[in-house]
Amino acid sequence: MAASPNHISVRKIDGITRIDFVNRNILDELNIHEINVQLMKVAESEFRPKIVIVFRNVEHLSSAAFGVLVALKSRMDSRDGQLRLCEIQPKIREAFAITKLDRILPIHDTYDAAVASLS
Amino acid sequence: MSDPSTVFACDETLQELRAGLERVHEMVGAALARFGFDEGAAFAIRLALEEAIVNGFRHGNRNDPNKVVFFRARIDDKAASFEIEDQGPGFDPKAIPDPTDQFNIEMPSGRGVMLIKAYMTDAEYIPPGNKLRMTYRKPQAT
Repeated sequence: MAASPNHISVRKIDGITRIDFVNRNILDELNIHEINVQLMKVAESEFRPKIVIVFRNVEHLSSAAFGVLVALKSRMDSRDGQLRLCEIQPKIREAFAITKLDRILPIHDTYDAAVASLS
Repeated sequence: MSDPSTVFACDETLQELRAGLERVHEMVGAALARFGFDEGAAFAIRLALEEAIVNGFRHGNRNDPNKVVFFRARIDDKAASFEIEDQGPGFDPKAIPDPTDQFNIEMPSGRGVMLIKAYMTDAEYIPPGNKLRMTYRKPQAT
């Protein structure tokens, strides 16, 4: 069986895990299952993970992506971790506001601001 | 018969989710560009269509490989209208819990219908609920 393509790139910088999406339009129905698996693997790779997800490359997402992010947050909470999102394009940020998920998923304009918010 | 230079119309039977979504995104994306829908409109329409088609296969047809989703579209320079119909029994959209409610906000699913209604100008489920009719109208120039 062919290996799943990597949809995310993962880097550890000063104790913080930075996740970038590799392709545009990535957070849609056709890719979300694989993305979910890859994100959960990162969340479970250490205790008290600190993860910042950078959305710079994302131009589209579906409601399934929100489900993945909510599930990731729950997993992070159970591991005493912290999750931040950043660099979200305005039209996608609007979708977070419509769903009110911006109340439970902290969003920042820049990666540096997201990092600064971590304790 | 519609004049293809002034309107795009299609009537497709989607046999399977992945191929169906790809086909719809390709056709509709091209038509929206041709009729001057901006990026914001294209984003909204793509999102709503994806939610509608996924719901048709996953919830309406309950992932039954023997069932299809019917897709109809009509796009001109003023509006983009769509019908998505599955072969399921239908449902009551009013029965969907509010996903923005504090007790539901951490649910992993249940946001699709809300997003459709937020992004489309009109969206209506035709009883018994297995057909969705939705339209995006370009804002009127003032």
